[in-house]
Amino acid sequence: MQRLSEASKIPAVRSRTEIIAFLVMTAALVLAPVVAYPVFLMKALCFALFACAFNLLIGYVGLLSFGHALFFGWASYASAHAAKVWGVTPEIAILSGAAVAALFGAIVGALAIRRQGIYFAMITLALAQMMFFFAVQAPFTHGEDGIQAVPRGRLFGLINLSDQTSMYATVLVIFLACFLLIYRIINSPFGEVLKAIRENEPRAISLGYRTDRYKLLAFVLSATFAGIAGATKALVFQLASLTDVDWPMSGEVILMTLVGGLGTLFGPVAGAFFMVTLENYLTTIGQWVFVVQGVIFVVCVLLFRRGLIGELAHALRIKL
Amino acid sequence: MVEIFGIPSQALFGQLLIGLINGSFYALLSLGLAVIFGMLNIINFTHGAQYMLGAFTAFFLLQYAGLGYWWALIVAPVLVGITGIIIERLFLQWLYKLDHLYGLLLTFGLALIIEGTFRNFFGSSGLPYSVPAELQGGRNLGFMFLPNYRAWVVVFSLVVCLTTWFVIERTRLGAYLRAATENPTLVRAFGINVPRMITLTYGFGVALAAVAGVMAAPVYNVSPQMGSNLIIVVFAVVVIGGMGSIMGAIVTGFGLGVIEGLTKVFFPEASNTVIFIIMAVVLLIRPAGLFGRA
Repeated sequence: MQRLSEASKIPAVRSRTEIIAFLVMTAALVLAPVVAYPVFLMKALCFALFACAFNLLIGYVGLLSFGHALFFGWASYASAHAAKVWGVTPEIAILSGAAVAALFGAIVGALAIRRQGIYFAMITLALAQMMFFFAVQAPFTHGEDGIQAVPRGRLFGLINLSDQTSMYATVLVIFLACFLLIYRIINSPFGEVLKAIRENEPRAISLGYRTDRYKLLAFVLSATFAGIAGATKALVFQLASLTDVDWPMSGEVILMTLVGGLGTLFGPVAGAFFMVTLENYLTTIGQWVFVVQGVIFVVCVLLFRRGLIGELAHALRIKL
Repeated sequence: MVEIFGIPSQALFGQLLIGLINGSFYALLSLGLAVIFGMLNIINFTHGAQYMLGAFTAFFLLQYAGLGYWWALIVAPVLVGITGIIIERLFLQWLYKLDHLYGLLLTFGLALIIEGTFRNFFGSSGLPYSVPAELQGGRNLGFMFLPNYRAWVVVFSLVVCLTTWFVIERTRLGAYLRAATENPTLVRAFGINVPRMITLTYGFGVALAAVAGVMAAPVYNVSPQMGSNLIIVVFAVVVIGGMGSIMGAIVTGFGLGVIEGLTKVFFPEASNTVIFIIMAVVLLIRPAGLFGRA
């Protein structure tokens, strides 16, 4: 424990580039509504947070979850239900979404970490599909219609989120706060243990770490952040639907993270903005979207495994 | 009318039969996944799309070449198997030295491409494919009506599964395969062309999926997304059975199909989810799977 926490302090000098990159990103996001539609930006930010949450698992623990739509989608149902039916304020709605995601994360995580590697992906996918069928059948999700016309409400009972600028500011603050929290987690002693598990799990076990506990906690954290993203998205679009719990959503978040760069700090954000922009231009081509996504998957895996940010960091020889 | 547990025997055995048919497809598909995983160390996410390709090939053969079901049963697996070999040569062979996860991601991408393309041309509604003339009709067994085609599906997939088991576990070729799974370097040193064996194994596994697809065509409609939901269930089947044993895959596939069929009779709301629930229970009790080797 002692040695690892010391080791985590070493990259302090190099992390200066990360701080600069973070400030640049923040400035760009604050100014972005001047040139881009707020709804588009809010969508991209929700997916960016979703991808960051997913990356926490694949990039830093080496666990590929093929079922993250479960947390994203069910949190969006929970938040939409809380806001619409119970009439709670937005922050409570988002927190209830996060709580539901954390609960599901604990259950799915506890089951999935009982198997390694490739099985982990299949188990998470299967359990997510099971919860998709529950979402189809459960009355409160309203099946194909979804939960529509969710009120955005007043943040803390004060700020009216129907105003696009206030909503954007709220989403941006949520995103930046979660991003910093994830950064803190990755660079904590806990995060160093996660990376040790990713590199060599048997060695981490022989060093005395109960890797199952670390993996489970990482899984719950990842699910919770994914839940915050989904819950926020439900308020932004005032809608929670089956699309968000279905397996293509799990595939999409994997693709975003892969395009941006697995295990990079800013990669998921770049990947999410890239994919959301691309899909914005591709809305007219219907089913070809899946083909385009598939082609990007194949190209990324074969030729471009570092992803956008990974390649950039590699070219500049810095950590991003 | 005869009743069992308050359920008319017709309904009970009818669902059991449907369960057995689903089980045949689970068995064939999980068998193919297990064979491919054994040699390539890749979980073939394209398997569902290749099952769909098998059904569509049968449909095309009938539509454009006038070749009926029996021809399709031979030609479709060969054609789809050849596309599998091309996929292995073009894409998969570059991944063997990488983390297993990349194989899953690449084959997932291929599945999106194949299914997206078909959905674009054929929409999401299914195309009908009729039961071959020789197998139309059925017979009354007294306690139930048995359609001939459905009986054929169960029997034929059992034969295919057991033949595969026999070839892999009891023949010289199978011995090479198993040896190459354990230690490819050593087997290569004995002068056996392991890379070619890997390619052919992938082609064979894919052909198994296509066989299942051809058999499914008259049972379900031929539709672009017939494979994508099935493959997720098959993943659960594979997690339950474990991929270490060929016979395990067959037994688990048929067994789960039957359980699913029975659930449809006694507790229809859970019929979609029962296999996933069983998977969760198996993970709690026997994390390595029923037939897995830790």
